[in-house]
Amino acid sequence: MFSKQLSVFIENRKGRLGEVLGVLKENDINILSLSLADTTEYGLLRIITDNPETAKKKLSDSGFSTMLTDVLIIKIPHESGSLQTLLTLLTENGINIEYMYGLSVNGEKASVVLKAEDALKAERILTENGVEFLSTDNI
Amino acid sequence: MIWSKEETLSRREIEEIQLSRLKETVNRVYEKVLPYKKKMDEIGLKPDDIKSLKDLSKLPFITKQDMRDTYPFGLFAVDKKELVRIHASSGTTGKPTVVGYTKNDLKTWTECVSRIACMGGASKEDIAQICFGYGMFTGALGLHYGLENIGATIVPSSTGNSEKQIMYMQDFGTSLLVATPSYALRLAEVANSMGIDPKKDLSVKIGLVGSELLTDAMRAEMHKVWGDDMKITSNYGMSELMGPGVSGECLEHCGMHINEDYFIPEIINPATGEVLPEGEKGELVVTCIKKEGLPLIRYRTKDITRLFYEPCKCGRTFCRMENPSGRSDDMLKVRGVNVFPSQIEEVILSFAELGPHYEIIVEREGYSDKLSVRVELVKSTDSFSDLEKLTANIRYKIKTVLGLDVKIILESPNTLKRFEGKAKRIIDLRNK
Ligand SMILES: [Zn+2]
Repeated sequence: MFSKQLSVFIENRKGRLGEVLGVLKENDINILSLSLADTTEYGLLRIITDNPETAKKKLSDSGFSTMLTDVLIIKIPHESGSLQTLLTLLTENGINIEYMYGLSVNGEKASVVLKAEDALKAERILTENGVEFLSTDNI
Repeated sequence: MIWSKEETLSRREIEEIQLSRLKETVNRVYEKVLPYKKKMDEIGLKPDDIKSLKDLSKLPFITKQDMRDTYPFGLFAVDKKELVRIHASSGTTGKPTVVGYTKNDLKTWTECVSRIACMGGASKEDIAQICFGYGMFTGALGLHYGLENIGATIVPSSTGNSEKQIMYMQDFGTSLLVATPSYALRLAEVANSMGIDPKKDLSVKIGLVGSELLTDAMRAEMHKVWGDDMKITSNYGMSELMGPGVSGECLEHCGMHINEDYFIPEIINPATGEVLPEGEKGELVVTCIKKEGLPLIRYRTKDITRLFYEPCKCGRTFCRMENPSGRSDDMLKVRGVNVFPSQIEEVILSFAELGPHYEIIVEREGYSDKLSVRVELVKSTDSFSDLEKLTANIRYKIKTVLGLDVKIILESPNTLKRFEGKAKRIIDLRNK
């Protein structure tokens, strides 16, 4: 099961990240997880929110370049080695991971956000191996 | 529709009119304009030496500097009381250049603009919204009188307050838009932000654009936002010569017809001043042959273009000038290479990921020039490799065109400055 991740292009200029967060706050959009990666010139902010469509619209209206991407939010046991098991499973099946970041959840289980090159195949392999997914509604 | 019969005269008839008007003009300026007399006397040239159109090349050039040196009225050929209008072009440095019109000059001007408006598809049915700044600038009033003369309904909305501009378009049913290409794009952006789709919700079907270069890519960009069926033509002029109406594009889109019964064009090598053969690219030089107030002879426009003389499919016989590919003074010399902003613009507009606005920055780094281009990323991505591929592709394309390495700076949409008049695309920091 795929979830929508919102990517936002931000120039490396003071206050730009704050502006994005400001727009989300104004529209009561909750950030469930976020990853910010940057080069010397620009950054990409990847966000999991409770309302990706609205978030995209509001940010575009405020002058940001945005994009929605299908990602997998994967439940993993909250114990050492669980992430490695997941990665081994994917690698053995020839699936390349483009990026991945953690999503903190209370309780027994942790979860990670994952974007694979071959997203459909990744979803199939993981499902076959009994891995559970989360959606933005049930986090 | 062809507005006047002069536009279809034979080459021989055109040349007859040109020669007689040229002789008359040269005689008059020699008598009445001291700086001209001085220039001609210096090279031992008398008005009688002008016996054929070929002799035009013997006459000295007039430049913008000559106009500044004689500020404000030194090159005028009539007494001030004969003037009925004054305009001035913005002097970015120092004094502006001042131009004056007699009653007959205004008639000529109106006639010339009526012709180019008809070339672009305008008729008396049109509701024409003029989004050029009114005032000392000739663009707005030139189009205003020319369009009014053919019977169109004028909405003199000027520039600024873009939301209101869109409201007028919607409420009055504007069918013809007069603007710079970049402001036409800006207006579409504003309409979209108001939830109005110019293609469906507005009835603008004709765009007469001017005062800024219209590249093919810019035209395509305009069609994208205003609709494929919009008739977009560019027109050309400058206040020193008259204002808009010197030339205009017909719907065949094969260059702008010059009103040759009023203006004689030549193409010269900007470095040597030598006249170039037909079809070659160089600086446009224009002689006004029917003006009373300010009849400039061999005025150096600084615009780089070419001329074609074969009669056009539209039926007009007046020669056509290509959309200028740049201005000899907009031309940047970067590491010894000639760079026209329009070359960079073509590349930028070929990328769907980028918006049509851009800014070129030239800096000195050590002993070398550094060229950067700021562009707006309108389609985002979730991956760095996409962004890196995009900037690499833009760099590669610009390198193919210019032979120069440039730095590409990606910006968010609506970051770069928008212009209501002529867009200022170059920031040259080398001598700062
Ligand atoms: Zn034509």
